[in-house]
Amino acid sequence: MIPRQPDDALDVKHLPTFAFGTRSPMWWGTLGMIVVEGMVFALTIMAYFYLRSRSPVWPQDSLPPDLLWGTVNVILMLASGVPNWWTKRAAEQLDLLRVRIGMAICGLFGVASLLVRIAEFNTLNVRWDASAYGSVVWMLMGLHTTHLLTDTYDSIVLGVLMWAGPLEGKRFVDVAENAGYWYFVVVSWLAVYAVVFWGARV
Amino acid sequence: MKTKAVIDDLAELETTWADPPGWMGVISAVNHKTISCRFMVATFAFFVAGGLLALLIRLQLALPSATFLSAEKYNQIFTMHGTTMMFLFAVPVMQAIAIYLVPLMIGARSVAFPRMNAFAFWIFLFGGVMLYVAFFFDRGPDTGWFAYVPLSSFKYSPGKGVDFWAQMITFTEVSAMMEAIVLITTILKMRAPGMSLARMPLFVWGVLVTSVMVLFALPAVVLASTALITDRLVDTRFYAPEHGGDVLLWQHLFWFFGHPEVYLIFIPPLGFISSIVATFARRPIVGYRAMVIALIATGFLAFGLWVHHMFATDLPPLGKIFFTAASLMIALPTAVQIFCWIATLWSGRLWLRTPLLFILGFFAILLLGGLTGLMLASVPLDLQLHDTYFVVAHLHYVLLGGAVFPLFGAFYYWFPKFTGRMLSETLGRWQFGLFFIAFNVAFFPMHILGLQGMPRRVYTYPADAGWTGLNLLSSIGALGIAVSVLLFIINVMRSWRGGALAGADPWSAGTLEWSVASPPPSANFNVVPVVHALDPLWEPPASPSHVTGLSTRYREILITSIVDADLDHRLWLPASTPWPFIAAIATTILFIGSIFSPWAVVWAMLPVAAACTLWFWPERGMTEQRAATEVAP
Repeated sequence: MIPRQPDDALDVKHLPTFAFGTRSPMWWGTLGMIVVEGMVFALTIMAYFYLRSRSPVWPQDSLPPDLLWGTVNVILMLASGVPNWWTKRAAEQLDLLRVRIGMAICGLFGVASLLVRIAEFNTLNVRWDASAYGSVVWMLMGLHTTHLLTDTYDSIVLGVLMWAGPLEGKRFVDVAENAGYWYFVVVSWLAVYAVVFWGARV
Repeated sequence: MKTKAVIDDLAELETTWADPPGWMGVISAVNHKTISCRFMVATFAFFVAGGLLALLIRLQLALPSATFLSAEKYNQIFTMHGTTMMFLFAVPVMQAIAIYLVPLMIGARSVAFPRMNAFAFWIFLFGGVMLYVAFFFDRGPDTGWFAYVPLSSFKYSPGKGVDFWAQMITFTEVSAMMEAIVLITTILKMRAPGMSLARMPLFVWGVLVTSVMVLFALPAVVLASTALITDRLVDTRFYAPEHGGDVLLWQHLFWFFGHPEVYLIFIPPLGFISSIVATFARRPIVGYRAMVIALIATGFLAFGLWVHHMFATDLPPLGKIFFTAASLMIALPTAVQIFCWIATLWSGRLWLRTPLLFILGFFAILLLGGLTGLMLASVPLDLQLHDTYFVVAHLHYVLLGGAVFPLFGAFYYWFPKFTGRMLSETLGRWQFGLFFIAFNVAFFPMHILGLQGMPRRVYTYPADAGWTGLNLLSSIGALGIAVSVLLFIINVMRSWRGGALAGADPWSAGTLEWSVASPPPSANFNVVPVVHALDPLWEPPASPSHVTGLSTRYREILITSIVDADLDHRLWLPASTPWPFIAAIATTILFIGSIFSPWAVVWAMLPVAAACTLWFWPERGMTEQRAATEVAP
């Protein structure tokens, strides 16, 4: 062991006890999840085009999905970016009241998207067992719906905690990361929407 | 001299970081060393199980027309052998060791996300145990470790074996991806102040590169196996050509994961080697920066190789040429590292102990495996040798040479740190000698058998094929490997309790893990060090030498910046808890339930969600204490 003198020390008592963005381990953990899930989306999309390239007709034996509800969800999700951005900023400013309001609005957007999602599934015009086309469309939709469901649930749990639970500064970091993750859910929807709804048309 | 205040502080630090005792401690442990030891024991148990299966294979093949195993049982056994060694041993054992060593090497008191780390261990364990339970009930998978469709589709494999295999993939790969996130975050954010990236031990670099690769490679096999199981259970048509699906889709997805996987197995051992070579050559590694660049280059190139597993399919020739070139190119960074090690050994003062012997063994074996790899990377030769025992010989030279030899070396090297005791040197030398000889006796003849045309995966062969002598020789070698592994187990058992006491630094090594007691205290470092050099223990002390101001009453850690490891903030890690264990049980019910009913995905989601929510929900008392001492950014 190296002999240590008290005056030889680097004092860290003054350091903050939480931090936002790339300074926070939570940001890196979230990024890791986004990379993994983004890879799953990317590979499924590649599988879609691989199958399409091997098929003489596309979609195989069915009509393309109806555009209405998918497009509604695009608008809804793009709109949800606003309350998420607002909530993220409120969290970074440690403004509890605005965070509480923001989380409630974000939660409502999540629920609304899920309701629209039900209508989307009803107008896909193909079953998962009809053809490989149907399978990959359902896989993409299922993957994204899983994200939508889990992140909406996460947001609600975190929202309830911000309203009712024991609070500390780190929770504001959680809110900021949660909002950041939602952006990923939105962006991945834009990709999935383009593939599922337009890959069968263009 | 330690004053009473210091002793009190140390006692408090130990209490703060220790997991609870008794059976609650068994299910609620989150200390990275405890989780890692369990992980290492579990992966080693799977290694032994996979080895016993290999012995059964070799017994069956020792003589022509043997009836020791039926063809059906043989199929299950070689599938279980490959699956076990790849998914339940080779990749996870590297992560298990990293979970122990990385925090100690970078001056951290824990890994990031200790609870997620515990969860990852539990689902790995449950996934592996599920596969073996299925196997013991004669429901093992029997379609090879890469489970090609259409053989693994429901039409040709109607039993449940392939379903268990596919779900085991989900368990273990989810675990591996979580461990990768834990390790990346630990390495980037939790290094002791002063340990800039340029002062990071090469093993930690290797783990970082591997973990990033895990994030990009493993989603492919999870997607592939999920599509397989939905094809089998709910009639999706991904791999069904009669419904517009495509069987090569499986091969692309599988090998997009499968080739990088070889490097997930191979890169951490490169880190073992760099640690061991430096210590036993008694000098810092030659060409540190070249080594780091070589590691990163290997990580990138590993993603450009997958099609070389598919040269026997009808892909465009231009594509094959590209993948041949990439396969040859990856020899370059490997060569850079080998030359750096040779230069280090050449210019150092060699201390020939068991860990170094295993590394020297690695050089010989991996070189042979690499050379046959170059042969297989050329398309015309590959077409001749595809699916023969030549490939079996090649992959065992690469995997045992590249991973198992360094792994044994690493175990002899770090066992004193894990347990406080030295492994027996005499037994170690015997084990190494026997392992090296027996390995070559077992696997070298397979090259010749392959050239003579013996195909892989046949459960027997006729006497007039002319393969009897070499097969018998190979089986004798396999027995020798078994005896060698038995010697290792005896050595570990004896040394665990009765071995010579190691002390903090038995090898006079240079990296931080050797600056703490063996085994390390719960908090790893009594005082968090400040780092001034690549091999801090080999350099004269510099100022400041350590950190003060971290709490001993709470699990407080230091977060530093990514490149330079400058001070950033302090963070409390969560307490020990059984929730990861409970959440893992709930997840297991979901995964296994879904094999029998797709609706399990729906109803079993509820306990998973409940467990995760309760896991996350903060404890009021602790939160109030934190809030009272908070410093806002």
